[in-house]
Formats: sequence, structure tokens, C-alpha cells
Amino acid sequence: MIEFKLSNAVERMQQITHAVAEGMMRPISREYDEREHEKPWDFIRTMWNVSKDNPIGGKRSKGGNGAAAAAAEAEGEAADGNEHNERNLGMCVSVEELSWGDAGLYLSIPNAGLGGAAVNAAGTAEQRHRFLDRFKEGDPKWAAMAITESGCGSDSAAIQTTAVRDGDSWILNGEKIFCTSGLMAGQESKGFVVVWATVDKAAGRAGIKAFIVDAGTPGMKVTKVEKKLGIRASDTASLVFTDCRIPLTNILGSPDVPKTSEGFKGVMATFDATRPLVAASAIGVARAALDFVKDELCKGEFSLRYGVAPTKLTAIERDIMDMETQLHAARLLTWRAAAMLDEGQRNNLEASMAKAKAGLVVTQVTQKAVELLGPLGYSRNCLVEKWMRDAKINDIFEGTQQINMLIVARRILGYSRQELP
Amino acid sequence: MIDFTPTEEQRMICESVAAYARDAVRPRARDADEEGTIPGDVVGTGWELGLLQSVIPEAYGGFGSQRSAVTGTLVAEELAYGDLAVALHLLAPRLLAQPVIDYGSTRQKERYLPRFTANGLYPATAAVMEPRIDFDLAGLATMARKDAKGWVLSGRKCFVPLGSRAETFLVYAATDPSGGYSAVQGFFVDRGMPGLTIGERERNMGLRALDTVELTLDGCHVPVENRLGEEAGCDFERIMDASRLALGGLAVGVARSAYDYARQYAKERRAFGRAIAQNQAIAFMLAEMAIEIDAVRLLVWEAAWKFDQGQRVLRESYLAKRYAADMVLKITDNAVQVLGGHGYIRDYPVEMWLRNARGFASFEGLAIV
Repeated sequence: MIEFKLSNAVERMQQITHAVAEGMMRPISREYDEREHEKPWDFIRTMWNVSKDNPIGGKRSKGGNGAAAAAAEAEGEAADGNEHNERNLGMCVSVEELSWGDAGLYLSIPNAGLGGAAVNAAGTAEQRHRFLDRFKEGDPKWAAMAITESGCGSDSAAIQTTAVRDGDSWILNGEKIFCTSGLMAGQESKGFVVVWATVDKAAGRAGIKAFIVDAGTPGMKVTKVEKKLGIRASDTASLVFTDCRIPLTNILGSPDVPKTSEGFKGVMATFDATRPLVAASAIGVARAALDFVKDELCKGEFSLRYGVAPTKLTAIERDIMDMETQLHAARLLTWRAAAMLDEGQRNNLEASMAKAKAGLVVTQVTQKAVELLGPLGYSRNCLVEKWMRDAKINDIFEGTQQINMLIVARRILGYSRQELP
Repeated sequence: MIDFTPTEEQRMICESVAAYARDAVRPRARDADEEGTIPGDVVGTGWELGLLQSVIPEAYGGFGSQRSAVTGTLVAEELAYGDLAVALHLLAPRLLAQPVIDYGSTRQKERYLPRFTANGLYPATAAVMEPRIDFDLAGLATMARKDAKGWVLSGRKCFVPLGSRAETFLVYAATDPSGGYSAVQGFFVDRGMPGLTIGERERNMGLRALDTVELTLDGCHVPVENRLGEEAGCDFERIMDASRLALGGLAVGVARSAYDYARQYAKERRAFGRAIAQNQAIAFMLAEMAIEIDAVRLLVWEAAWKFDQGQRVLRESYLAKRYAADMVLKITDNAVQVLGGHGYIRDYPVEMWLRNARGFASFEGLAIV
């Protein structure tokens, strides 16, 4: 039945994450934007202590992509059969709140992240156990995914990093860039990095496999931490692999993976789960900007006259109403993509729709917010200019707006990659 | 819970409406537009779907189903996918019946509702829009003044669907020019009442098959019992919310028809040795259409769901309808563009959809869920 009421459990998560956003993130938001490459350790430790016991998205889970959730599953804490699974929706709602607090800080929260998502989606039970259990204990940890290279981003089939089998090992060689949390996952914690590499360049996409590299593995080195437009509290690293030797069992998925295209598809499928989260994060940032603009405007005589003739609206009313509408439309598309996943439905099309729409909308909304606030918007005394800078990443990572449009286009037209390159 | 799946019952209703739209309406839509009239059998078959009859209480001959705005938006989309003029024609009687169900006195229900459950579409309608540049639901220029004998209505209305043949008009007028929505009340005005002049059939840019007229109310006297809800009156804001939801659903239907047509065309039409859809410039236009249609549909659904929960949805319905109006224009325009020269030719339906779509920005009160 068509229904738009968040469950009590999700609403509770929303309240908790909002309190975190307001109480812990906003106060240090500007500081860690200005002090790029410094880590908010107090915040990180607090979040680690809270989240290793109470993962974002709740404990009740079947699969999903959080490390603690996967660990819980491994321990046999299967989802309550009577309980509706709303893990992905819950994550979206929580991530929106945290990103309303600060998108860069949200991305720096220690957890299994994108690397964990890949292990959870495509890994074996043994791999989930070996790599994800650690996220329930000890010191803060991160996991990352390394796909992009200097010569390829969205075109992951062009990956040049190689994996060559040598006895009981794989040997990795190559260079990865733009790896979110790569520094923390690969070097500063006992986490891991999921690295995409080719086992057979001649095979193209079919030759691309994912490999799990433990933090501190000899031969893996962080060579650069990028200086960025926004999300400065989150590190974006370059990783160089020089004869980096990892166990044979660290190829993501079953030992048969090298012979099939399973690995690549499996990892690509993690994007169906993570794109709604990126969209949700985007929406959180843009909502922060919109809330701020409305609060500032409403200090004066301003009011939004819903219901009057469109021809009577002022330019500012029109702008604000457009922002509200577009943002909420993106939110509903995002919730739909997440809810489908919770229902066990394929959501590849819907996830890309949400991501494409949200990336575009938040870019426009935050840029308009800076404009509407005048000098206030442009000043670093307010956070709006930061939100505009932070928002833009959502139009780029996890597949640019254009790549997601291409995915949507292929799916609605029934075209293959060859038919619509 | 958050759920995006229609119920089994809603799916069945949509399927039957979609079949009607596809088989009975779409093949006749172009001729209807050219000839300026909807064939009687198209109306007859549509009426037999029982969309209005189903929500009329059993006491008045209906089936007494619970009214659902969500179902209403689903049905509106399917009808408009067939043709917007036919959709508005079929939905027009509901403009009078639904407010009677919601706000009518017992006397008014007894008087009006049985008419809708007899055989065939009973021509009744509502008059909301006004022919002036500053037309505003929150400040109607048509006035209702109370005197010793009842109410005196003065003003002009336009775009009254089914106006040429309607037996009864539900005319909305303000009792106070600056009172906003809450000062607006509905009045039943019968054809032939002194002071009511029914104008010539209007000539519009689109919806040429739809019969619309201008009404002039010149000191038109109606008895007190002709006020919708009598002493209790009505909630005009909420009636207009229901209208915005219907218009939102209708816009989604028009947009989807244009999108489907353009997508199909782009896959078949070849240039430079490949289908034009294989060019990203075209493919991305189509992808954007798909995303925008879904975005608007979800906004409309959510507002409708809130409406069904009894919530005030002035803001939600207003924003959804506003977005829908923008979206449907852009999509139909892009559909014409995808077809290129053919899009401009009346042998193809897309130029008609563009003309129909342009109206949504101005339309108010033309249908309700």
C-alpha cells in the first residue's frame, strides 16, 4: 500500500542522528574544513564507540552493507521474520541527518564504508568474518574502495592496475587515486582497502577483479592526500602498489572468481546500495543550506505564500519553493531506491535515478542558497559557502551525474553498453 | 511505513482504466481534437468504468467505496495517458458530486447524488477559474453577497468544463474579497436561473475536444439552501487541494504519454546509420523525462496519502502541482523536439500533448480526486 510514514524505529534513528549532527558535528564543522588533513579524533572516537555497538541503520538486518550488521548476521542474529526490513531506508534517513550536520565529518566516521559494502555484497562468509568482525572491536577502523586511476574513473574497464598470481599469493602493481578514506583505511587504522585490478588486460571488463588488501600490507603506500573543494574533513588518498603481495584467498568472492565475470558484477552491484546513500548525504547538505536560508529570511517580513496564484509569487518565493520541491522530490526518489533494496528488489535503475537527480539538485540548491544570502552566503563566517562546496562531490563520486544518466538511459531504452556507448 | 506499491485493488482499477485509455480513448483522441468533440460512445464506455459511482454512498445508489485520493491520482494518470480532454470530461461531474459527498447537507445529498448513479454521465460541473490575468484562488473576484432572500452572485467564470450541457454548476465565490481561501463558498446554480448567462463554447489552445464555457453571473439570486453545506459551508482550501492532486496526476499521465511515444520513436527513427536514441543527446533527454515523471508522481502520491490521512496539504499539493505543471510542459516540449519536424505535424500526437500540457500552469479546479 502506498504509504509515506516513517516507522517508529526509523524515526528514532532520525532523531538520534539529528542530535549527533546538531550537537557534535555542527560545532566543529568549520574548524575541520579550515584544518584540512587534520582528523577530529574526539568525534571519531565517540562515533566509533557508539556505532560499533549501534551501527547506523540499526541492528536488525539481513545482509545490507554495514560491517556490524554483517557481523551480527554471521553470529546468527538473523532478522526477525515479522519485522519489516527497512535497513537501507533507515540508513538513508540517518545519513541525511548526519550530512545535514557535516558531510565531510560524516564521511570520516570510522566504519566499514564502501570497502565493507563490497565485501558484504560480493565476499564469501569467510571473508566477511575475516574482514568485517574487526569493526566491532578495538580501535577505530576504516575500509575503503580503490577503483579510480589517473587514466580512468567511470570507465573502470580501463583499469591498469594488475594482479598476477604467484603461488599462494596475488601480486598487485599499479596506482590508485581518489580513494575516499584511503589514508585511514590503508595506513592509519587496522582496516582494509578493496582494490580493483585486472588479471587479464586482454579480457577487458571480464578481467577486472576486486582484491582485499589489509592495512599496512608491505607494498601498499599512501603517496598523496588530496586538497579538495569540499568535504575536507574526509581524506581522499592516492595509493601506490609495488609488488604488493596478498593471500590468494583475498580475491573478493569465491576462488572461482578469476574464471568468471562474477567478481566485477558483484562489486558493481554494491553501487545499487551505496548510490541511494550518496543521494541521501547530498540531500542532507542541501537541506542544511535551505534551512539556513529560510531561517534567515523569516527573521524579516518574509513568508512563503503557498496557495496563492503563481503569478503573484515573488522571485525569492519561487526560488525557495523550487528548492523545497526539488529537494523533496530527490528525497522520495532516494527513499524509493532504498525501499526497493529492503524489499529484495533490483533497484539499479532507481538507484541511478536518485543519484543523478540528487547530485544535480543539491548542486543547484546550495549554489542558489549562496546567491540568496548575498554577502552572508559568500562569507566563511557562515557555513553556506562550505555546504555549496561540500554538496558538489555528490554530483561526482559514486558515478557522476552523467554516468548515472547513462545507466538510466540504457535501462529505459533496453540498450547494452555497446548500443549506447 | 514507507511503501511505494499500489494495493491489489488499486492495480486492478488502474488496469481497467489503462485498458480503456489505450483501446477506447487513444485511437480517437486526434479526431476528437480536430473535430472539437468527444464521441458519445467514448464517454459512455468511460462512464461505465464507474469511477464516480463507486464513491457515492449506497444510500444514494452508489457503491459506497471509501474515497481515496491516492487511488484518485492513479486513475487520473491513467485517464490522462489516454487523452486529457476525455479525462477532464469524464471527471467533470465529480467536481460537483465529491464536494456534495464531503460537505453537502442531507438535503443536498438527496437532491444531487442520485443523479450520478442513473444511466449515463450526468452533466454537472464546477466553476472555479476566472478570465483575468490576476486570477487567484486565494482572492476570487466572483462575489457572493447575502441578502434577505438568499445569496446574490456576481462575476465571471471561465474554463468551465462541460459548461454547454451542464444542468447544474457549483460556482465558487468569495464572501469577502480579502478573506483568502476561507472566505470562498460554493453555490449550486442551475441552468436557466435568472442572472446566469452561459457563454459560447470557448476556443482554447489545447483540449479542443473539451467543452468549456464562460459563465457570467449578473446579480444571480440563489436560495440559502443552494450554498454547499448550507449553514456549515465548505472547506474550499481542501477542495482545491483535491483539485491540485488530480491535476498533478493528470500531468503525470500526459507527460508519460509523451515520454513513451518519444522513446519508442527514438528507438525506431534512424539517422547516420543508427537509431537516434543511440545518441547521448537524445538518450539523456529521455532519461531526464523518466526521472522527472517519477519524481513528480512520488510527490503527488505523498501529498495524496497525507490528504487521505486527513492532514492539511495546502503546501504539499501546491508544490506538487506547481512542479507537475513545469515538468509536463518541459517533457512534452522535449518530446516534440525528439520527433523533430514530425513532432510539429498534426499527424503525430505529440504537438497536441504539448498544447494540452501548457494549460497546467493556469488550470485550477478542473478535476478533483
